[in-house]
Amino acid sequence: MSSVLRLYILVFILFLYAPTLLLPLFAFNDSTIIAFPLSGFTFKWFGVLWQEAGLQSAVTNSMIIATASSILATTLAMLASSASVRHTFPGKAPMMGFIMVPMFLPEIIVGVSLLTMLVLAGMPLSIYTIILGHTLICVPFCIAILRSSFQHLDPSMEEASLDLGETRATTFRRITLPLIVPGVISSLLIAFTISLDEFVIAFFLSGTEPTLPVYIWSQLRFPKKIPSIMALGTVLLVVSVCLLSLSEVIRRRNARRLGLDHKPGV
Amino acid sequence: MNESTARGLSQISIPFLFTMLLLAAPLVLLCAMSFWTQNFLTIDHTLSLANYKQAWSEPIYQTLMLRSLKISMIVTALTILLAYPAAYYMSFVVPNSRKAMWVFLITIPFWTSYLMRIYLWKVILGYNGVVNGSLMNVGVIAEPLEFILYNQLAVVVTLSHAWLPFAVLPIFVAMEKIDRSYLEAAQDLGDSAFWSFLRVTLPLSMPGVIAATLIVFVPTIGDYVTPKLVGGPDGLMIANMIELQFKKANNAPLGAALALSAMLLVTAVAAIFVWLNRRHLLTTGRT
Repeated sequence: MSSVLRLYILVFILFLYAPTLLLPLFAFNDSTIIAFPLSGFTFKWFGVLWQEAGLQSAVTNSMIIATASSILATTLAMLASSASVRHTFPGKAPMMGFIMVPMFLPEIIVGVSLLTMLVLAGMPLSIYTIILGHTLICVPFCIAILRSSFQHLDPSMEEASLDLGETRATTFRRITLPLIVPGVISSLLIAFTISLDEFVIAFFLSGTEPTLPVYIWSQLRFPKKIPSIMALGTVLLVVSVCLLSLSEVIRRRNARRLGLDHKPGV
Repeated sequence: MNESTARGLSQISIPFLFTMLLLAAPLVLLCAMSFWTQNFLTIDHTLSLANYKQAWSEPIYQTLMLRSLKISMIVTALTILLAYPAAYYMSFVVPNSRKAMWVFLITIPFWTSYLMRIYLWKVILGYNGVVNGSLMNVGVIAEPLEFILYNQLAVVVTLSHAWLPFAVLPIFVAMEKIDRSYLEAAQDLGDSAFWSFLRVTLPLSMPGVIAATLIVFVPTIGDYVTPKLVGGPDGLMIANMIELQFKKANNAPLGAALALSAMLLVTAVAAIFVWLNRRHLLTTGRT
């Protein structure tokens, strides 16, 4: 039984990683056709990327959007997590449930409803509208991370600081923030990665300034551009994996520090 | 009102108002839009059910709606079936010290660019693709198979792949909560491994299965990149039509009615599913 399960997990992982493993394969393949058999090894598709005029502005747009949305989403998620973990108040469960809804809605619904509101309000589409949309869908993910930071925060630390005459603001800056900083960094990184890769909402809300995924989408129509898009995908994969590994290392170091070693059934 | 209550309310009010403004208000407006009608370039604001009549009676919308529902159901069932043994392996076979690494391992492929992942499935399933190439090398087939790309099967495979990590994680979390002494008790009392799985592990992991079902099923109906890239003409889904109405066809009211109808349909199916499984959700309170 156990060996069957082991074999299954091997096939499962292979299936899960199939596209991820093919991506770099075609990025370094010296052929304009994305198919087997592979030709020689080349770096030229990465070189081609540098000459793409549209790419640079798309990268800049995506960086601005991802940075702004991750900061906004993390700030909002900190407020919501602090309220839900440390305080009791009427309507807490429905309000928190409502804030988490974007996680479960199809992105196209979020996209078209935001588009409808912006059009009716006469607001032009821009990178600011994408920032708002991305912040909305990132908040639930950030809450999922930050709730655990607040759960492991000892309230007596803050009480001690307040008793010793510090203001709320100073207490937050000097006591609370340093204690939850690993969670905050993880939350920023996750939100940044989600925003960087988000396509559907950006596609509906982008005006004349495309984000990176919107740019990729526009290029996928041209077979000639595919190899350099594969190279771009490889770069993005490396960036995402680095950011997430960083977030994971921070999370684990913090878990070890707080002695939260994980046991099932507890 | 004591201080903690006031503080809690003031803290939650900002993210709550943000979500009201950017989720509730747009949804209300989308709903209003669905009762208006597009009059060439302007929108007629008299309330009418015309869009819903069109969305629910015209064959093309019926076909797309039912097909989307069918594909979402198949994708959900397939994803859960594939994810369950993997979650079981992670929870019951992998040693505790390695579990965090496994969770990370499962989530990495998800961070390969969404568009690239779908495009790569097109490469895998294509005429000169990986599947055809390998089958021809082994000698199973002489000519490339043409039926594996640009149809509903390709959409199902690609979507299931995309949602796998989202299905594994909730099931894994539910399994981690199972008190291992229940399993020992079942086996001490003479249950075989198979029966203790069926009578202890499976029912206690059901909350995770239900959560995974909802997480996969509801958003799947809204995917339009996958059908567009790998679906071919017979694999298009309702989201492709919604996009068309909002963009090229310039009929946002009909698009809104289609979007809300699709949402209503999946929510109803999801509610029935949860109701049928209410037994499993109620028992979790005791464990």
